Amino acid sequence: MKRFIDKLRGSQQALSQEIPTRPIHKENLETITSHPRPEPPQLIVGCAQSTGVQRDNNEDALFTLSTTLTGDFRNTPFGLYIVADGMGGHQHGEIASGIAIRSMASYVIRKLNSPLLSLKPNLPEESLLEIMQEGVQDAHSAIIKQVPGGGTTLTAALIVGNRMTIAHVGDSRAYLIGNNGKIEALTRDHSLVNRWVELGQITLEEAAVHPHRNVLYRALGQGEPFDPDINSIQIPDTGYLLICSDGLWSVVPEEEIQAIVQKSKNPEQACQMLVEAANAAGGPDNITVILIRLHV
Amino acid sequence: MVKLLRRSGVLETHRITQNLDNTGSHPTQQLEPGSSLGNRYLIQDVIGLGGMGAVYRARDLHFPNVEKLVAVKEMINQARDALVRSTIVRNFEREANLLATLDHPSIPRIYDYFTHNERSYLILEFIKGKDLEAILGETDGFIPQEKVIYWAVELCDVLHYLHSHKPEPIIFRDMKPSNVMINHHNHVILIDFGIAKPFQGSQRGTMIGTEGYSPPEQYRGEADHLADIYALGATLHHLLTKIDPRLEAPFSFGERLLRQFNPNLSPELEGVVYKALQYAPQERYLSALEMKEALLIFIKNTGILPPKPDKKSVPSAQEQEFQPMWEFACEDEIRGSATHANGALYVGSYDNNLYALKATSGEFLWKYPADGGIVSKPLVYEGNIYFGSEDHRLHVINARHGQINWTYFTNGPVRSSPYIAEGHVFIGSDDGYMHAVNTLSGRPAWKLDVGAAVRSTPIVEQEYVYFGTEAGELFCVDFSSKVRWRFKAKRAITSSPIVQNGVVYFTSLDSTLYAVDAKTGWVIWRFRLGKASISTPCIAEDYIFTGAADGNIHCVDMRTAKQVWSFATEHQVTGSPIIYNDSLYCGSVDKHVYCLEYSTGRLKWKYPTKGPITGTPIAVDGVVYIGSNDHHLYALPA
Repeated sequence: MKRFIDKLRGSQQALSQEIPTRPIHKENLETITSHPRPEPPQLIVGCAQSTGVQRDNNEDALFTLSTTLTGDFRNTPFGLYIVADGMGGHQHGEIASGIAIRSMASYVIRKLNSPLLSLKPNLPEESLLEIMQEGVQDAHSAIIKQVPGGGTTLTAALIVGNRMTIAHVGDSRAYLIGNNGKIEALTRDHSLVNRWVELGQITLEEAAVHPHRNVLYRALGQGEPFDPDINSIQIPDTGYLLICSDGLWSVVPEEEIQAIVQKSKNPEQACQMLVEAANAAGGPDNITVILIRLHV
Repeated sequence: MVKLLRRSGVLETHRITQNLDNTGSHPTQQLEPGSSLGNRYLIQDVIGLGGMGAVYRARDLHFPNVEKLVAVKEMINQARDALVRSTIVRNFEREANLLATLDHPSIPRIYDYFTHNERSYLILEFIKGKDLEAILGETDGFIPQEKVIYWAVELCDVLHYLHSHKPEPIIFRDMKPSNVMINHHNHVILIDFGIAKPFQGSQRGTMIGTEGYSPPEQYRGEADHLADIYALGATLHHLLTKIDPRLEAPFSFGERLLRQFNPNLSPELEGVVYKALQYAPQERYLSALEMKEALLIFIKNTGILPPKPDKKSVPSAQEQEFQPMWEFACEDEIRGSATHANGALYVGSYDNNLYALKATSGEFLWKYPADGGIVSKPLVYEGNIYFGSEDHRLHVINARHGQINWTYFTNGPVRSSPYIAEGHVFIGSDDGYMHAVNTLSGRPAWKLDVGAAVRSTPIVEQEYVYFGTEAGELFCVDFSSKVRWRFKAKRAITSSPIVQNGVVYFTSLDSTLYAVDAKTGWVIWRFRLGKASISTPCIAEDYIFTGAADGNIHCVDMRTAKQVWSFATEHQVTGSPIIYNDSLYCGSVDKHVYCLEYSTGRLKWKYPTKGPITGTPIAVDGVVYIGSNDHHLYALPA
């Protein structure tokens, strides 16, 4: 009651003494103490890429952008992270993936530049979901126009405040990695074998070695009409967002990915270790990894 | 410009019936209207465009005295690789030669075939009509099932003709709405015999695909005539549900039951479509003829063209026959919602009274007279009842006996409902202010001028107050009345916001359901409703539910902003739905109380009252309470 009246009077003292704390789980203690919660809230990012052991050319592309903005009450961290994996066996896989990330990034940044940085704060005219949807469509059209027949996967995460909006086409993946040993895929592969697994026609083990395991039923630059998966979730208090191409997840098991992330000192080192693990496992494909520590 | 298309994993000429948006930037020039081709075909118009050329309507100048129209299908071969070039030409020739050997009313006739440099042309019968994709796009609501069945029978006929072709059966391989024309005599014509060759190889990264209509085995290059049966099933599924399979996961028809989307369909027709869509080829109809016979039996049993079941004259099985546990009559309409607390039910009426009833029996306990109608939902807090009235006041009365404790005057009718947090009651008024009043003293802590009537009920979450205004703004203000952000919709926000996991959800008269970030006011997503809404959404699992003036109760996935289901009532849904156990309860202006299974939208029962329902039900201990404009409050078994 007193606190409320204080606030009604405009007193800020009461607030500063009562920053809420809550008990920390034992298993979280180590991680949290080793990574003190940054102030202001910010996104700490690492990334790594490798052509792999068995390929000569890199058809993956990645984009990262992290901003920190303080100075009004919002303290809105803003980040955009994209992985694209160009389709081999098609023309110019590497060109398609490059076009995809540039189109997508420039579209989203154009749309959010004014809401974030204009002197008079204004709200974006479109919803975050629409911005991501249109960004993917833009990239799709750009590929059809510039490399007809080309195709690429695209997995993009837009972080604004504590909201994460993910746009996804193909079989690159986004994972949420908690500090409690949990790793959870946020995307669903648009691959034929995954669909067969979902239908119970083949097992996960069969899928891993299936000759059609890289065949996609949805990719950027391919087919019309075209509908990306887009969803929006609240970012957990702590944890990591991992975006990677199939060069990582097809050879490094999820538990191992999780363990590497947990034991590494920082996202940069974790990404290096993940790429090394994929190459150690044979490195049959291009490997791209982006890891974002979430403290927002 | 070689296109390795994803459909059916085949190399083929590009779909030229398809429209692409960026045709203006296409590097190849189209033929101009007015130009002539081979001194014979006068180009009139472009009727289709694609990556490899266009389709034109042209006049055959060999018939100078009559206007004989033909379709000219153009293919521009820009492949640099010699092998690819020759494959494209060979496929085009194959289409021409195949068409030349076919003779069936549902297959267009071919008149000529020739090549100029890198351009090849097919001269085909011009079909006056529209393809099924265009018809789907133009149809409001559903295409009547009788029409679809009629087309389906003709499609079975032409498939049977192709499949029994000698010496080799012909597999169409690409049955889908855009490849079926309906001519002006309402007959079907298959178009686009672009020739497929079996899918080869499993090269890493090779993309094959689906238009969503192809069966599983076609991905393995094993397509035989049963693939056409599946694709016909998929086409019928699209026509009957209006859900485009290209936007869904492959082979997921079984997850989208026909009658879940289009309840007027007969179960027998659903059965025919699902048999065609079986995953295993041998479980489908084994021939087009067999499928046609199944359709004919259905037509015969139901009287050729089965009339639509008349909902009004035939009593629905689900029309509830039970009696209410009790009902209580006021002297005027109940437009608002009741509140339950400590075994009592409190409800306001337009007879100016707030009634207290015994929840188990509906027995009258007491009433308290205000000086105006009451639409505000009463709130019980520390032994008192808070509610607003048309008499401009916030009333605070004792919950046990109904004696007045204090009242607080605003300068306009109070239609908003109170919300209490941190010892203060927050309530909006038509006077254009949001009021924060101390619950102990009855004195205002502040009032905030928001420039328009506030009928929306505020909600307090994480020390911020959220509410809508009739000017279409959603406000987020802190406890000292400082505006943190405001969001502007295109029309009034009468709906009351709800907050979950850092997101504010509400509807607006601008026909939109909004999800807005609670911290920043940024829109996360919007969902378009058919018409305006003043309904307050409710949430269960990952689903959000709301009513709208389009007469529907909508269920939307909160992660993807996509519709899960919608249920049509027979009038506006201005009240709000609630979730109780596995059911959704909602009233409609069509006078009914509806109980739906919330995960599917399937009707469990409906109960008819004698007046429109505009309030929100409540559910407590297995009983649903709801008021109606017929002056009654009903207690129904949940």
